[in-house]
Amino acid sequence: MSDNQGPVWEIFLQKKAGQPFVHCGSLHAYDKEMALQNARDLYTRRGEGISIWAVPSNAIIASSPEDIGPFFEPSNDKVYRHPTFYQIPDAIGHM
Amino acid sequence: MEINKFEEVFEGKLAKNEMVEPKDWMPENYRKHLIRQISQHAHSEIVGMLPEGNWITRAPSLRAKVVLLAKVQDEGGHGLYLYTAAETLGISRDELLTNLHTGKAKYSSIFNYPTLTWADIGAVGWLVDGAAIMNQVMLQRASYGPYARAMVRICKEESFHQRQGFEIMTHLAFGTADQKAMAQDALNRWWYPTMMMFGPPDADSPNSENAVKWRIKRETNDQLRQKFVNQTVPQVEYLGLTVPDVNLKWNEAKKGYDFSEPNWVEFKNVISGNGPCNKERLAARNKAHDEGAWVREAAQVFAKKRSEVYAAA
Repeated sequence: MSDNQGPVWEIFLQKKAGQPFVHCGSLHAYDKEMALQNARDLYTRRGEGISIWAVPSNAIIASSPEDIGPFFEPSNDKVYRHPTFYQIPDAIGHM
Repeated sequence: MEINKFEEVFEGKLAKNEMVEPKDWMPENYRKHLIRQISQHAHSEIVGMLPEGNWITRAPSLRAKVVLLAKVQDEGGHGLYLYTAAETLGISRDELLTNLHTGKAKYSSIFNYPTLTWADIGAVGWLVDGAAIMNQVMLQRASYGPYARAMVRICKEESFHQRQGFEIMTHLAFGTADQKAMAQDALNRWWYPTMMMFGPPDADSPNSENAVKWRIKRETNDQLRQKFVNQTVPQVEYLGLTVPDVNLKWNEAKKGYDFSEPNWVEFKNVISGNGPCNKERLAARNKAHDEGAWVREAAQVFAKKRSEVYAAA
């Protein structure tokens, strides 16, 4: 017999105030509250985070690994976007 | 891209020690191997809660009880990390659980042995979790990203498991003569089943070759077993206990111990369902799952009703 385990949610944790949210894993839950509570029990048993985002898995749009070339290509030939492209006189020191 | 082009990209990743991610192309056999290995691993965590859960209500102190509760809760968490890692390969949670509950999927043979005394809880944490850590440290570098990442999280948590087990063993080994005898008895019963946890000898291990080729495993069963013995024997000596193996001897040439192999016939029997506790373990899993059916159903109906109320408002 098959029974529904609930949809999959992706969980993101913020470790400390001011830091970015980082993906830590996923889980099953039937609704938003359960997703948060399950995330707390599953991913923060040792103070790993102070804030949680739970996002339905199917709401995530991901780029495709096969597109890695063409998709990111436009930025690859723009070396002038990097600070090392520019010459600063030695006399100026660090800038 | 043509299929051999995909294969080239996949092989290239392995060669460069890069991770394979869920959306990447992968050979069907690699996917199958991972589903089998990760799900067995997940099932082992969940079934592994049973022999230890057996002692929660009988822990000898409040401290011992909260520690054991926390450990068993961690094992449940580890199972869940691993189930979600397996699900990224395209198998559903339902299917994974059904495979466990019908006996189609396997779990570690170790959990089919009974925990008869409190000393067994010490021996399980010290030896069984110690052996698991040895395997899992290696798997942190497994080629499949979600599996490797789950392992990193698990390894961080396992260290407490092994230390709490060893602490129990020290209390018993340095306690009264009766307590020391209990510790020795537990070591006697858990030594060989723990050695079996690394799997059959390399020469007789059908899945090992692929696992190493695909960089899922980076050390073989025999290498890990040797490492475990080398690490554990000094700890046994510290406790003043004796490894139940008359052939155990330091071998200076290989800088490691020579030791007796576990009984591989027994291993096959336990794996095929005829260990001391196989039936009990599966029955307990099925009972928990069946008796939880109404909770899953209620949560589902509640979520559906509430979303309808929101939609109407």
